[in-house]
Amino acid sequence: MYSLKKLIQSSAIVLFILFFSNQLTAQDIDLFKMQDAQDKKEKENKTELVTATFKTTRMVNGQSIENVGKGILDLKISHRFGTVNTGAYNFFGLDQATMRIGMDYGVTNRLMVGIGRSTFNKEFDGFLKYRLLRQSTGKRSFPFSVSYAGTAILQSLKPAPTTYPLNQTDQYFFVHQLIIARKFNDYFSLQFVPTLVHYNIVPLETQPNDLYSVGVGYRLRISKRVNLTGEYYYQLNPITGNYNSLSFGFDIETGGHVFQLHFTNSTGINEKSFISETTGQWNNGDIHFGFNISRVFTIVKPKAMANAKW
Amino acid sequence: MKKILLSVTMIAVGLTMANAQKLYSTKTGQIKFNATGGVEKIAAVNNQVDSKMVDKTGQIVFSLLVNGFIFDNQLMKDHFEENYLETTKFSKADFKGFITNISSVDFTKNGKYNITIDGSLTIHGVTQKVSTAGSLTIANGKPSIAGVFKVKIKEYGITGLYIGEKIASEAEISVDCKYD
Repeated sequence: MYSLKKLIQSSAIVLFILFFSNQLTAQDIDLFKMQDAQDKKEKENKTELVTATFKTTRMVNGQSIENVGKGILDLKISHRFGTVNTGAYNFFGLDQATMRIGMDYGVTNRLMVGIGRSTFNKEFDGFLKYRLLRQSTGKRSFPFSVSYAGTAILQSLKPAPTTYPLNQTDQYFFVHQLIIARKFNDYFSLQFVPTLVHYNIVPLETQPNDLYSVGVGYRLRISKRVNLTGEYYYQLNPITGNYNSLSFGFDIETGGHVFQLHFTNSTGINEKSFISETTGQWNNGDIHFGFNISRVFTIVKPKAMANAKW
Repeated sequence: MKKILLSVTMIAVGLTMANAQKLYSTKTGQIKFNATGGVEKIAAVNNQVDSKMVDKTGQIVFSLLVNGFIFDNQLMKDHFEENYLETTKFSKADFKGFITNISSVDFTKNGKYNITIDGSLTIHGVTQKVSTAGSLTIANGKPSIAGVFKVKIKEYGITGLYIGEKIASEAEISVDCKYD
């Protein structure tokens, strides 16, 4: 009697478990609901890097926070006409030009290197730019991006005769920049660029070797294709007779590349020459019309693209 | 009494077996698209497609992060995300649907089956009905799905220059997912 009761009891438990598990598995799995729940959960846990703070790697003359992607070669030609106040005889500056031709390459998604040659003072330059911190949104959000840019410049213009012997090293200049940028939204980005320009040799004893400045740059989107940009470098200890560089421009995206058109009071294009050797003044009409054109080439395809069969 | 209990138990077990649905899933599915309209190749690949499938009902979902598409060049990717797909607003694209002829697929046997998939595809926040053919292959109990279909870019509210020129007006989408 007792054993029968026990048997019924245990059977009931077994049945209950079976019934319950049957309920669980036999219940239709609804992937749509499952996916919605997963999406919601992922959205809460996601951290996303902010991209395209600026449209290209340069504001007008100076570096922006952007890098070229890994394995991408960017051929850049920067062109500045003469100043518009030279009058009709010089076709408002279009008869003259200074330019820089350069190549930038993305070694990794964080590190970019580049070389260039400017006609202004016959200067070669080489730089590297490294992303230290990246602005992100989501779970681990961070409000701004930080990059370091270091540039070395070799002036190959034959130096004016001096009473003292010149060394090879006297033709070098170095620029260190910390770029701090924030993309507020798709329409507006801002960056600050504390800068140190170092001259290995200076012509006058009164002139400092280290020149400090702060750059500010912005991007304002006016249409899907066109962004208005501006760049200003405020010098803390300028060389006498030189002014702060101020530029305004348009970034025009033409699919495959970005075309930049601008007006600037700077003649030189590399960091040393436009930040600390700008002799033009906006209110005198020393304004250069100029453009940067860039064309990107994929040197190393991303692995996923290289492996995909088409 | 014992006999009744035993038979009830047997039936319960039997029902459980018969109704058991199996969920197949992957997080490393591949979806490619090709929207080349001119000389320049406009194509990208996403290798982190999340997909799930139920064997009995044929229910199937695909989900991916739009910024997970990898292009040959970064600039193209930036333009794709900001000007066309607007990923800050619409970060995901997904497909929810059914394999309509799932009953013809024997998941226990190796083989290749032609399947048709009906469902709704959401890209750029716009949902459209999609019906396409593909193949389902069973190899050692593991299914995989492959298929190619075309979508009209403008039907998904994607606008911008170059669509119909450098960018084809129809994008060819290829799906290749291996499930566990």
